[in-house]
Amino acid sequence: MSTTTKTLAVAGAVAAALSASLSAPANAQAKEKCYGVSLAGENDCAAGPGTTCQGTSTVDYQGNAWTLVDAGTCAEIELPAMADGEGRMGSLEALDRDLPA
Amino acid sequence: MNVTQRDFHDAVLDPKSDRPNGLSDGTGQPAGRRFDVYRNNVAVSLTEALETAFPVITKLVGESNFKLLAGVFLRQHPPASPVLMLYGAEMPSFLVGFAPTQSIGYLPDVARLEQAMRESYHAADATPIGPALLQNTPPEALLASHVTLAPSVRLVRSSWPIYSVWAYNMIEGAPKPAMAAEDVIVLRADMDPEPTPLPPGGGAFVETILNGATFREAVDAGAAQAPDFDLTKVLSLLIGAGALTKLETSK
Repeated sequence: MSTTTKTLAVAGAVAAALSASLSAPANAQAKEKCYGVSLAGENDCAAGPGTTCQGTSTVDYQGNAWTLVDAGTCAEIELPAMADGEGRMGSLEALDRDLPA
Repeated sequence: MNVTQRDFHDAVLDPKSDRPNGLSDGTGQPAGRRFDVYRNNVAVSLTEALETAFPVITKLVGESNFKLLAGVFLRQHPPASPVLMLYGAEMPSFLVGFAPTQSIGYLPDVARLEQAMRESYHAADATPIGPALLQNTPPEALLASHVTLAPSVRLVRSSWPIYSVWAYNMIEGAPKPAMAAEDVIVLRADMDPEPTPLPPGGGAFVETILNGATFREAVDAGAAQAPDFDLTKVLSLLIGAGALTKLETSK
């Protein structure tokens, strides 16, 4: 692409992008942040999750028994093998293989 | 009473270890069971923080598997700060080496996307440039200029369909992911960050802008990645989300 063509193309793209964003419905209807509601557990300054009585009754999973009580959604997602010929992705089979001895 | 901070720290993170020597309660009695409760709470609260931080990873491997994974993670990477809002930054690299999930190739990149969403959420506000500035900058000057993106903008490039995987787990009725490389931009138009897959070439364009190159270099990078690079589409996304915050034309 010659320099002039590119300059023209860029000018056109900017103009089109501007008009697209100007004609878009205004969704900037001042949303207010709900303090303390969003993304719970991300700011544990005081009494965060687990510091309550409820937390004390939850037993810590100690990571020495990898069980497949419930397989997650990755079992539903079937993606083809990568170019390097690794097996099918999205299967939980390897979890069995890698069970700690 | 000779418990050092290190003894205490190590004992908290090792569920099989004995209570630190000489730990006692206010009346001088051994504080063994109290310590057990405390130790359990540390692990449980960090696990819950990680579940909140990585909802898609949690869904992908299943809740009980995630708890096991989190138990291993939190002992390898205990928080470096008392503020947990970004705790878990090492999750993507942890997943790369975590044997039980090796078969799920896209897992680390999906974790990168989730972490990017959190970083975006907590990033500083910035005032976008007005449309007039863009309109009135001659194309030649624009091409030579440096554009700054809002602090809340994050780019996650992947050879996996990470947006589709994210959407399948977070948006009701989203289609099953098909194999494709996806570059995702996280934009925060209002208060909440939103991931959007970029059109072909968009990833290279945004990455070049983020690296501080000129607009021209970014356009070239986009066109080099994809011959059908659609600058209008990418610019509309950025302008629509108020993500352009500075335009420096170099003379």
